[in-house]
Amino acid sequence: MLAEIFFAYFAVVIVLTSILVIASRNPVHSVLWMLLLFFHIAGLYLMLDAEFLAAIQIIIYAGAILVLFLFVVLLLNLKEEIKGRPFSRIFVIALVLAIGMAVVISSTMKLLPPGPVGQYSMDMIRATKGGNSSIIGRVMYTEFLFPFEIASTILLVAIIGAIVLAKKRLRS
Amino acid sequence: MPGKYIPSDYLPILIFLMVATAVGLGVLIAGSIFRLKRPYPEKLMPYESGNLPVGEPRYRFSVRFYIIAMLFVVFDVEAVFLYPWAVVFGSIGFYAFVEMMVFIVILVVGYVYAWKKEAFNWD
Amino acid sequence: MQSSYADVARIIPEIFLTSLALLLLMMELVTKKKEFIGFIGIIGVVITAYLTLITNPGRAFSDMFIVDGYSNFFKLIFYLNVILTILISIRYLKIEGVNLGEYYSLILFATLGMMIMASGTDLIVIYLGLELMALSTYVLAGFLRHEIRSNEAALKYFLLGAFSSAFLLYGIALTYGMTGTTNLKDIASYVTQHGIAKNPVFTLSMIMFIIAFGFKIAAAPFHMWAPDTYEGAPTSITAFMSVGPKAAGFAAMGRVFFDALGPIRLDWVAVIIPIAILTMAVGNIIAISQTNIKRMLAYSSIAHAGYALLGLIAGGSEGLSSMMNYLLIYAFMNVGAFAVIIMLRREGFKGEDIDDYSGLAKRHPLAAGLMLVFMFSLTGIPPTAGFVGKFYLFMSAIRAGYTGLVIVAVIFSAISAYFYLRIVMYMYMREPKAEVELSTSAPLGIALAITVAGVLILGVFPSIVIHLAKASLLG
Repeated sequence: MLAEIFFAYFAVVIVLTSILVIASRNPVHSVLWMLLLFFHIAGLYLMLDAEFLAAIQIIIYAGAILVLFLFVVLLLNLKEEIKGRPFSRIFVIALVLAIGMAVVISSTMKLLPPGPVGQYSMDMIRATKGGNSSIIGRVMYTEFLFPFEIASTILLVAIIGAIVLAKKRLRS
Repeated sequence: MPGKYIPSDYLPILIFLMVATAVGLGVLIAGSIFRLKRPYPEKLMPYESGNLPVGEPRYRFSVRFYIIAMLFVVFDVEAVFLYPWAVVFGSIGFYAFVEMMVFIVILVVGYVYAWKKEAFNWD
Repeated sequence: MQSSYADVARIIPEIFLTSLALLLLMMELVTKKKEFIGFIGIIGVVITAYLTLITNPGRAFSDMFIVDGYSNFFKLIFYLNVILTILISIRYLKIEGVNLGEYYSLILFATLGMMIMASGTDLIVIYLGLELMALSTYVLAGFLRHEIRSNEAALKYFLLGAFSSAFLLYGIALTYGMTGTTNLKDIASYVTQHGIAKNPVFTLSMIMFIIAFGFKIAAAPFHMWAPDTYEGAPTSITAFMSVGPKAAGFAAMGRVFFDALGPIRLDWVAVIIPIAILTMAVGNIIAISQTNIKRMLAYSSIAHAGYALLGLIAGGSEGLSSMMNYLLIYAFMNVGAFAVIIMLRREGFKGEDIDDYSGLAKRHPLAAGLMLVFMFSLTGIPPTAGFVGKFYLFMSAIRAGYTGLVIVAVIFSAISAYFYLRIVMYMYMREPKAEVELSTSAPLGIALAITVAGVLILGVFPSIVIHLAKASLLG
């Protein structure tokens, strides 16, 4: 019962803050709502016994990515956008589509036949020395080695892209 | 599935968060109840007895901040990958060393590139 | 389970291409001669192609990666595309004033992403390949840093691309939640064993996949980004984007839809058929009213995605091989057309207006002749390769029993003749308006020679490529 209450709290706050992120007039407020959103997602990860992911959620998302967002918001100097209408004319259509999609997805999700639990159950993880991080490490550095190496090239492209697009003077 | 497991180890953090929220809100509420409210025009100016500010307080940040933040995110993500690697390094051994070296070498190339392109300089 | 040397041996082409891209990035820091970087890139890609051909077929990395005829054929399309793109870029980048080595490196990273998409047999690998390809292409679309159109192109592509990635991830999450695996074959066998193939959740994830890949191949109604992006991006990158990511999208689509979603084939065919018709309609009809040639070719590229979808709908080795065959031919004719467009671009003159082609045949008969061949091929007039490609596509669809769909496709093909041949008409039947000088260069000439040779040889001897495509599916 207590777990359900916690889950309901996190779920409701996540939905509310994500609406506030897109509905706030002031983009800085949007970023701050997003911060709250990320913390609650981390809480949800904790409820799934995914401690490592919860920590990553806070370090990477709340720590690094939000700083990037904040810089970009301040970089854009959105004066007109704050004063103007927050939503364009197609807002009604978009709202109808979004609600329709939400209805379709949520009604479908009730029919989800849960997949097999697999070997990494909560009990197994808690019984392992090192817990979450050691399990993630073991899976990522043996079975998922190939995707892991692709990730490094994606990060490299992100470095190149940021410099190519935003560096003021590129020596050429 | 969420709704079945309670991370009871995190109870202290929950209590801490609740106390922090309570103190933060409590101070504000208590202040609004007990403080004196005697506003007059001079008091409401941004700088009492100073010049009136001109223009808006928002100003454009330099795009340099963006590059710095972006590089920070990239290397932050890289550092996060190192953590589970360090935990399992003992059990996987040399094999894990090689794959992490591949990962790091690719990113070091990016680091050298960013350095040489003076992305860390504030020109 | 740890990977062995046999696993690593299967990805040698990918490793080589990654090292090449890193090398080019480092060369950018030390050399002033950027065209040299491009040449090294071409040589490296040729070596990669050779390595691809000698790699032993088989699966690797706990069944996440596969080397088979299907992936190799697509990889050859990507290599052809990247070599042609580098050839047409060398002079063009100088004209645009963005002669930077990162360009070549990013093109190779995008190609690496496509290769991973074509070889991935695990949804996570396919997703990462797609992100690698997309991220590099976003940057390349905005490579003209000081031009607002290019910035717009990159931003629109990025926003809608990120949106479509979210759909892909949601689809992956749903299938994973149902089956507990991201491996394509395991998904199919799990749903058949447990009799949950008809479960609405599986259908929902199928729709998510269609949306995500529909964005990548620019199929209507997910094509909105394409015209603005193709118009604003550097012309060489427009050529690159209209072939590579599209072919990669088809490659991943073929794998995901036949391997993982095989049990519900009839369901996804029923969704894709209206999408194919709409794509052909939107592409061919809106292209008629365009005055900018890059924008026109963007709509034409949408329409061609609609044709290629026929191969996917027809299915089987015949349908898939005709789709692969068509994408290869499309690489030749489309990059060729863009090479001619690039030739018209010089300092202070865009040469993107269809009006600029007035009387080109009088001033520059060779360039006009080449454009004529490419336009004929895009329309599908014999004896060009475009005809052969369409012929095999339509035949395979008819044999699979989709005669009505083929009739629709033929009608739209006829409509497309209007806007392709309008350019030919401008070139041959109008008086030249102003002096148009061509900015030719040796690499551009080589690219034109390769593409025109490809279009004509495949048009006259179609058996070469259709055998190759079929053999690669069986082998």
